[in-house]
Amino acid sequence: MTPPPPRPGDQASPPRRRPLIAGAWLWVGAPLAYGLYELVHKAKQLFTG
Amino acid sequence: MRPPVAPPGWSRWLVPPAALSVHLSIGQAYAWSVFKPPLESALDLSGTQSALPFQLGIVMLGLSAAFGGTLVERNGPRWAMSVALVCFTSGFLLAAVGAETRQYWLIVFGYGFVGGIGLGIGYISPVSTLIKWFPDRPGMATGIAIMGFGGGALIASPWSARMLESFGADSSGIALAFLVHGLSYAVFMALGVVLVRVPGPEGAAEVSGASGVPGASGVSGTAERPGAAGAEAAGTSSAPAPGPQVSARQAVRTPQFWCLWVVLCMNVTAGIGILEKAAPMITDFFADTSAPVSASAAAGFVALLSAANMAGRIGWSSASDLVGRKNVYRLYLGAGALMYLLIALFGDESKPLFVVCALVVLSFYGGGFATVPAYLKDLFGTYQVGAIHGRLLTAWSLAGVLGPLIVNWVADRQEEAGKHGSDRYGVSLSIMIGLLVIGFVANELVRPVHPRHHVLARKEPADDATASPAR
Repeated sequence: MTPPPPRPGDQASPPRRRPLIAGAWLWVGAPLAYGLYELVHKAKQLFTG
Repeated sequence: MRPPVAPPGWSRWLVPPAALSVHLSIGQAYAWSVFKPPLESALDLSGTQSALPFQLGIVMLGLSAAFGGTLVERNGPRWAMSVALVCFTSGFLLAAVGAETRQYWLIVFGYGFVGGIGLGIGYISPVSTLIKWFPDRPGMATGIAIMGFGGGALIASPWSARMLESFGADSSGIALAFLVHGLSYAVFMALGVVLVRVPGPEGAAEVSGASGVPGASGVSGTAERPGAAGAEAAGTSSAPAPGPQVSARQAVRTPQFWCLWVVLCMNVTAGIGILEKAAPMITDFFADTSAPVSASAAAGFVALLSAANMAGRIGWSSASDLVGRKNVYRLYLGAGALMYLLIALFGDESKPLFVVCALVVLSFYGGGFATVPAYLKDLFGTYQVGAIHGRLLTAWSLAGVLGPLIVNWVADRQEEAGKHGSDRYGVSLSIMIGLLVIGFVANELVRPVHPRHHVLARKEPADDATASPAR
């Protein structure tokens, strides 16, 4: 059986890239989490308002 | 500008956050309504006047995406993200000066015109690059980015409201809020400019291998010409990637492009049908029942719709990688029409049914936006997919005008006719069903692009000016 072909950047990230990946996702994830928190808070009003 | 080619070992998982940093920022446009009441009272404006910056911004989004798409393909994603950063944040800074000096035209020009260019270029900036990094999951990759555009309003809406509470809702407070927005978004978007990379020669060769097209690497020749491969990944190529490859100039001459244009326009118009009237609609539907919907509950409903819109962007777009693009649009348009029919027939009898149907329709609305770049890639290849996507977004501009116009006009006529409650929306819902059926038929008409349109079959000086030195 032929293994699936590799894809760009698909190989395991070198250890020195992992903090960069984590930091980048945190950079965009933190404000998004804040927006989602506010959204859930507001959406609850549909059931309680 | 030379496209930023990824060094060996660069992870493709750094590209989605780069894209998100831009889309989460420019998605702020949908939170413009937060600034409307303070502007109206501070500068003595009407509701129509205070909507002008947003409306001009959306028009500029469509125009700059349509006309700037080829430039984005030529210069690469870092150039495009830089332009988006400069235009979007300059728009805020100009608006700040306009608010401080009470010159409303400067707010319209700054936020709407200059910022709108940033919206359009920013919207299409990561699409082509993401598709090239994720040839195995293009729907998921573009879904992440375009989900960010929906998420941008979720962040900006409470953030801007709190800022206005702190700074005050007079012209100086608004000016300060615009200033802080501009500076903050400049810093936030800078991550995208710094991180974005196009696949290098090694990556491009792997893309060829991953396509599954027999003889693909022979077609692209990227493995033999490493220098060309990196440029090809940036869309500045001298040789096309494997599979059908169609230039932007040629794509607009194919029936497939216009079928997809109709599909997007109909899907967006139908989604706006709910979005535009969500709060009054749910209130009217249950006004005469034993459990009427309060204003705060209606606001909660609108928030849930936003969540469905965002979830649809990533969820349905990812699903399209598994079930195929045509099938997923059959679902958006066919099941979307069914949901509207259920609302029209039984919506006023069951609140859960009404809410669930509306949520599904909004998830399809978001999914339609997010899946279309991958659909374009399937039909026209990666060669100039960003530019083709930009041209397709003119459908959004039209739908953005058409949708609210239809819904508001019909609702006003029904009110004049003395109808009330759910009866006011019967005609609107029927029109939305009709639009979705038109979109469904257009999707059925989509066929693979004829080989005579492929880049290898023709020579196109205008579009291929991007790559002419090596051709």
